[in-house]
Amino acid sequence: MLALQGDVREHVRSLTAVGARASAVRRAADLDDVDGLVLPGGESTTISRLLEVFELLEPLRTHVAEGLPVYGSCAGMVLLADEVLDGRPDQQGVGGLDVVVRRNAFGRQVDSFETDLPFAGVGDVHAVFIRAPWVETTGERAEVLARVPDSGGRAAGRVVAVRQGRVLATSFHPELTGDDRVHGLFVDMVKGASS
Amino acid sequence: MSADSSPAPAPSLGTDRVKRGMAEMLKGGVIMDVVDAEQAKIAEDAGAVAVMALERVPADIRRDGGVARMSDPDMIDGIQAAVSIPVMAKARIGHFVEAQVLQAIGVDYVDESEVLTPADYAHHIDKRAFTVPFVCGATNLGEALRRIAEGAAMIRSKGEAGTGDVSQATTHIRTILGEIKRLTVMDETELFEAAKLMSAPVDLVRETASLGRLPVVLFTAGGVATPADAAMMMQLGADGVFIGSGIFKSGDPARRARACVEATAYFQDAERIAKVSRGLGEAMVGISADSLGAGELLATRGW
Repeated sequence: MLALQGDVREHVRSLTAVGARASAVRRAADLDDVDGLVLPGGESTTISRLLEVFELLEPLRTHVAEGLPVYGSCAGMVLLADEVLDGRPDQQGVGGLDVVVRRNAFGRQVDSFETDLPFAGVGDVHAVFIRAPWVETTGERAEVLARVPDSGGRAAGRVVAVRQGRVLATSFHPELTGDDRVHGLFVDMVKGASS
Repeated sequence: MSADSSPAPAPSLGTDRVKRGMAEMLKGGVIMDVVDAEQAKIAEDAGAVAVMALERVPADIRRDGGVARMSDPDMIDGIQAAVSIPVMAKARIGHFVEAQVLQAIGVDYVDESEVLTPADYAHHIDKRAFTVPFVCGATNLGEALRRIAEGAAMIRSKGEAGTGDVSQATTHIRTILGEIKRLTVMDETELFEAAKLMSAPVDLVRETASLGRLPVVLFTAGGVATPADAAMMMQLGADGVFIGSGIFKSGDPARRARACVEATAYFQDAERIAKVSRGLGEAMVGISADSLGAGELLATRGW
């Protein structure tokens, strides 16, 4: 669990509920002790700056490139995208997901919402979007897992969950709902990677 | 956060979960007061999780006196255009139309704040009537729970804004967290009595007792001026820190802002706090909260 800033506690609760043991990653050496990593919701600009200041960015890129399973929600998705629109020009990401993500794509906080949507391999989930990003374009290597349903107005059809190999990302926050199936999917990915 | 995941047919805006969830994303971060686009950029560059847009920082409100009101929407627009992080803004206590205006211009969070001159000496804003979430100040648990009952989605301990004196922030966060600790060992009969004494709804008192924390995020505010102040608030149990006058009333705001962000993230690491505390230049001059008369205290505004 990357624990620099954001909703770390909620992810730890979800991970624990699906049988994983969660520990805090705050420095590069901590990365050697984990089988998978979650990048929480939070402010992507803040997390990105802290990753640089505390010399975590390069080690994290290396671990993800070498196959460390990683899941990012919201800000975590922004950090994992190979390209970010509407971010800060100097914003540094981790990368690993062959997608273009638009930051704060749904609008400001007054536009934040919750809705139900079908999630491939999981079933219907209740999704909470908070100043959320969406996936603008999906590269060949990334698989779409969920989209905003038709009832979602101008955002209908937008891609909001993707997977590429051992990298999983959602625009929304399963950790805020008490439904831990998406974390269950990630823990299965981690088990698959280490077996 | 309740564990209720009952399906909603269409997208729902402004739910408790969306409002409270927004504050969850700010945890471990620093929210900085800014008065123009240039300061907002400095705050964002430093790693602030959000900025609070206001016309004058509390230290200047204190110095200038007079009536302090909501900022000009033009000024807030300018800050929204300059940064990509959330922008918060202050409305006067009880001034529900200022809050309507702030919602209309799309601020991400409204602070119903004692730093501005109150507009109503009996009532706070009915915050449930809004899509935009609210943060409110509190000096004790009863006050915090009353604000949550009115719809606040985030609480900040008040401290004493515009002083640079951290003592009141310490008092208020210790009071709130201490009162929560005591709730956790009470039986049902005692919880009812506690609710009565605090003038707070018994359901919220029960929920707080069973969680062992507030049902919303708790930041601290009012007098934080140094990286060590920020880290102390985190070690005492705050989820994050507001810094008002402390950044832009100091000698080197950009550097101090970065240092406070880093000290808040690594609040348990004294070596890192030492490193970022070096050579920061002058801190804000400050006023000892002890020297203020009863009429000069902002924390006593709110009912």
